[in-house]
Amino acid sequence: MTSDKAMAAHPAIALAHIDKRFGPVHANKDISLEVEKGTIHGIVGENGAGKSTLMSILFGFYQADSGDIQVDGKPTRIASPTDAIRAGIGMVHQHFMLVGKFTVLENIMLGAEGGFLLNSGRAKVRRELERLEKDYGLTVDPDALIDDLAVGLQQRVEILKALYRGAEVLILDEPTGVLTPSEAEHLFRILRQLKDQGKTIVLITHKLKEIMAITDRVSVMRRGEMVATLPTRETSPEQLAELMVGRRVLLRVVKAERQPERVVLEVKNLVVKDTAGTVKVNGVSFAVRAGEIVGIAGVAGNGQSELLEAITGIRPPFSGEILLNGKPLPCDAAQARARKLAHVPEDRHRLGIVMSFDACENVILGYHGDEIYQNGIFQDRRAIVADTEKKMQDFDVRPQDPHLRLGLFSGGNQQKIVLAREIEQDPDLLIVGQPTRGVDVGAIEFIHRRLIAMRDRGKAVLLVSVELDEIRGLADRVLVMCGGNITGECAPETSEKQIGLMMAGAAA
Amino acid sequence: MEWLDLFAQIAGSAIRVSVPLLFACLAGLYSERAGVFDIGLEGKMLVGAFAAGTVAALTGSAWAGLIAAILASVFFALIHGFASITHRGNQIVSGVAINFIAAGLTAQLGETWFDIGGQTPQLPNEARFMGAPWPFAAELRNVPVIGQVYSQILSGQNILVYMAFLAVPLTWWLLYRTRFGLRLRAVGENPAAVDTAGISVPAMRYAAVTCCGVLCGFAGAYLAIAQGASFIENMTAGKGFIALAALIFAKWRPIPAMWACLLFGVLEAVANRLQGVPITGIGEVPVQLMQAVPYILTVFLLAGFIGHAVAPKAGGVPYVKEK
Repeated sequence: MTSDKAMAAHPAIALAHIDKRFGPVHANKDISLEVEKGTIHGIVGENGAGKSTLMSILFGFYQADSGDIQVDGKPTRIASPTDAIRAGIGMVHQHFMLVGKFTVLENIMLGAEGGFLLNSGRAKVRRELERLEKDYGLTVDPDALIDDLAVGLQQRVEILKALYRGAEVLILDEPTGVLTPSEAEHLFRILRQLKDQGKTIVLITHKLKEIMAITDRVSVMRRGEMVATLPTRETSPEQLAELMVGRRVLLRVVKAERQPERVVLEVKNLVVKDTAGTVKVNGVSFAVRAGEIVGIAGVAGNGQSELLEAITGIRPPFSGEILLNGKPLPCDAAQARARKLAHVPEDRHRLGIVMSFDACENVILGYHGDEIYQNGIFQDRRAIVADTEKKMQDFDVRPQDPHLRLGLFSGGNQQKIVLAREIEQDPDLLIVGQPTRGVDVGAIEFIHRRLIAMRDRGKAVLLVSVELDEIRGLADRVLVMCGGNITGECAPETSEKQIGLMMAGAAA
Repeated sequence: MEWLDLFAQIAGSAIRVSVPLLFACLAGLYSERAGVFDIGLEGKMLVGAFAAGTVAALTGSAWAGLIAAILASVFFALIHGFASITHRGNQIVSGVAINFIAAGLTAQLGETWFDIGGQTPQLPNEARFMGAPWPFAAELRNVPVIGQVYSQILSGQNILVYMAFLAVPLTWWLLYRTRFGLRLRAVGENPAAVDTAGISVPAMRYAAVTCCGVLCGFAGAYLAIAQGASFIENMTAGKGFIALAALIFAKWRPIPAMWACLLFGVLEAVANRLQGVPITGIGEVPVQLMQAVPYILTVFLLAGFIGHAVAPKAGGVPYVKEK
């Protein structure tokens, strides 16, 4: 085993008693971590558990308040990314650090140009790229523009950037969030190859399945603390989830059989263009019935957002028909609401909430004209607060303070507030985009149960998510979108591989 | 023959008018390519012109005037940098403030120091940048085309004119062929990428606004001590904004920036030429309308004739490390 062999040598990375505060937030509490050389080490934890902060400290983006870092057995001060790069640490960020208008070559040489004039450096990068391509099978056209590359290839450029700078330790922050299952599989092949060549890899993710599939050891963080480091072989997703949340979590969604009833939403030949005039939804037809959850799977950016915007009255469709309860639905968000269509938007910060408003103000957004919130020509403040308190209780929002600014709630609690607002309107049709994006494991379980409860009450639910597991767990029927078309419809039990193929555009 | 002569005269005059535009446009290019929007070009030109006029009048040296112009303009550029890079302030607000301060300060100081209606004293030719004719310019003057171009356009301009047009290929080379240029362009597109590559974003942006200050200093000096012979209150008269318009036409690229500035130069030269001259079929066009033509054209061109101009992606956005 690689790990046994490496045990004898120094750990590639040793963090000792790292402590970091951001004002009142204690992001990292006395954290110690050893990463063995030539292994893949996973770090899991909920949002805000401090994983990214810890890795940013290791990469020199932030300074720890106290604590020591050893790289390859040597005490190392990492005050900036330059220091980290010099110490052989490379990082692939969740949001790629690439310049879209530059070529692959220019992106790789940025910061390591090798002299004032670019010409000599260019030749060197080209040679080095050829070598890396040979060693690791990382093929990419050096003269392509980043903006023209698929996300998977952009990520490859990020990895090449780190390797070009001589990284021995590669940190990857949520690398599969933007990838199709097959792209993710390809990434894992690359990571295993890097490991075989003696590189050390630290993988930050919230996907327990990935941890189980690829890592040798896994560390779990919870609320700024390192709660456990275990060999992956000796653990299970259930155990990891429990360590992350601090209580038992049901990972699988439990739902009973239910027979769908009448058609609530019907979409016929819908074509939607984006602001630039590009066709994003290309003649899509489907129906959602009462008492079923229809899930739309697909890689982000394949028309799901525009589809949701068209149905919910935010973006006028170019052509086609949308029928709600058998009657045409005009493109008007307010009317859609009045016709009992509720919407939990994909990007809640942009469309769902106002971060600088109080919780109670957010709870009435979109329904602020409702009778129950009025007192003559004024808003009935007392009724609004009472209503908010009740919703916060029902949806287990913490802290339960209707007057707290929404920006001070965690992502999961913000999402619960949006859900409470929309679900409590008792709509006929609930449209949900990315319900658990930026939401931690504990809250995910809660949100999933609520969505199932909606369906069991005989409501129609249309769910769009890039998390394939979420779709397969919740939906009664799965539609797959790719390039603005529905490339397939299948049962949620269909294998991930097969759905993945449809997500990549292969016909069902 | 007569037409050719007229053409050469207009071309020569167009070049002279476009020089301050070109300096200012390139100045804006450095700043905006690095992600710092700068609508304070106008103000920086103005302080540059004032400093040049004052120092040239006091020392009798055009070069001392130029250096003073650069220093004054760079100082204002650094104020803009301090507000928008270090303190992440709103770049538009900062730029507007600089324009107001420059307009008020130069007029007030001019009035207080020299007491001749906000101007600086009239400079003798020795304290200005004067053009010297090239060899044989007078002899070749009447040779059609080649001679006219040589003696009326190329020859006899002052040194700042040549420097302005040399600054174009120099900027191009810096931007696309050097490490500095690569980093400058990167910091205007995605500063986070520059930061994680181990390069200081503030240092790059300060370098860029300094370049911007230097070039605005040249523009100001040209107005006060090369084209003109003293600083006059508000003598930039919107040139900084025309330069910004030219920068947008040029889509933030140096060579097209030169053509855009020359286009505006031609318009202004033609407008000057046609003042008081009756045009066949229309009659005499009012002076005011002729003077307004470049601005009207700016509006039209910006409104859609140049296609979609995509600004540097991170332009106007202060860089904050994300958590």
